Amino acid sequence: MLAAKTIMEQGVHVEGINFFTGFCVEGHTHAIRANDKAKPKRNNSLWVAEQLGMKLHIVDVIEEYKDVLINPKHGYGAHMNPCLDCKIFMVNKAKQWIVENGFDFIITGEVIGQRPMSQRKATMPIVARESGADDLLLRPLCAKNLPATLPEREGWVDREKLHDFSGRSRKPQMEMAEQFGFDEYAQPAGGCCFLTDASYSSKLVDLWKARDGDKQYDLDDVMLLKVGRHIRPEQNFKLIVAREEGEGRFLQGYKKEFITMNCTTHPGPLVLVDGSPSAEDLYLAARITARYGQGRDAEQVDVNIMSKDGSERTIQVKPFGTEEIPQAWFI
Amino acid sequence: MSRELLNARRLLCPLPVIRTQDKVKQLKMGDQLEVVCTDPGVMHDIPAWCRINGHKVLEAISGDGEYTIILEVGE
Repeated sequence: MLAAKTIMEQGVHVEGINFFTGFCVEGHTHAIRANDKAKPKRNNSLWVAEQLGMKLHIVDVIEEYKDVLINPKHGYGAHMNPCLDCKIFMVNKAKQWIVENGFDFIITGEVIGQRPMSQRKATMPIVARESGADDLLLRPLCAKNLPATLPEREGWVDREKLHDFSGRSRKPQMEMAEQFGFDEYAQPAGGCCFLTDASYSSKLVDLWKARDGDKQYDLDDVMLLKVGRHIRPEQNFKLIVAREEGEGRFLQGYKKEFITMNCTTHPGPLVLVDGSPSAEDLYLAARITARYGQGRDAEQVDVNIMSKDGSERTIQVKPFGTEEIPQAWFI
Repeated sequence: MSRELLNARRLLCPLPVIRTQDKVKQLKMGDQLEVVCTDPGVMHDIPAWCRINGHKVLEAISGDGEYTIILEVGE
């Protein structure tokens, strides 16, 4: 937002590009979880573009992003976040976009030292070089700490009016936001990617392991890892237990692709069973399903099991006790 | 002027916006597009996208767990 505004203030026409990898935090989780209703459901990139009065292009990179996640040349961060490869990929996509759409250069909001993996002094030239953007990549917020880029050398932008921010502190950015009159903006260092989340990353690794190391995934896989409580009693199956009404509604949409369970004698969550469970496994899954319903303290409850083809049957089970589900089953 | 229908049910934001954006690229100025979604977030996002990109929201209707936005393609 600040980088774009800095350049727009110099009379340069700026348009935004937002890449959708499938792992973006905002939007999906707000849409799914009923408990998040109080939070605004707006898309931050659209909101920023509107505040700045610029066009925004949202680009679906879900398919192409798979290779970045599965084979990151520069490795992962603390979790499954391939931040440096991700940045190189996105700047490369932006380079392709400007060529196709007649734009002259790329700007990003990067600041040297702001992020431990992808925004270090050493990685700035790597992103520019490996993305193919080279000196068409201008970072207005820290440009004075870097060699002059083509837009600066050619006088398309005035280098003197660019900035020299560095480090993790967001104070200078906050002061600049205040000068521009922005009293609302996305939380700094808020983590906009699920791949930086420990819990999400564990679920992703578990998914790959359960598929014998096959790391391919589709959008539904990515979405389902964001939803519910994931419990894997055995390698051949896991349960996804809705935690609240919104998640239950969301999981309803997967009834034709998964075995589903719900307690019929007491209110309780919808549960998806992923994998190839045996009859014995389904009995165990039903006991877990019963554990998360209001009949958890009953001696016996009825659990409905629906197959992918829509056929149904009901079994009677004793719900698992709170302490009976091993902690190791929770992903 | 034509009117087209886009089924964006079960897609969560920003995918309905992306599908709308891609469909609008194939339409001409004055054409109308009806987008049917199940993610309530579209009631904010598609109108915002329209405002930014010069399109006009003619109607935004919600009911029975579905959200329908009818827009007219601008320049």
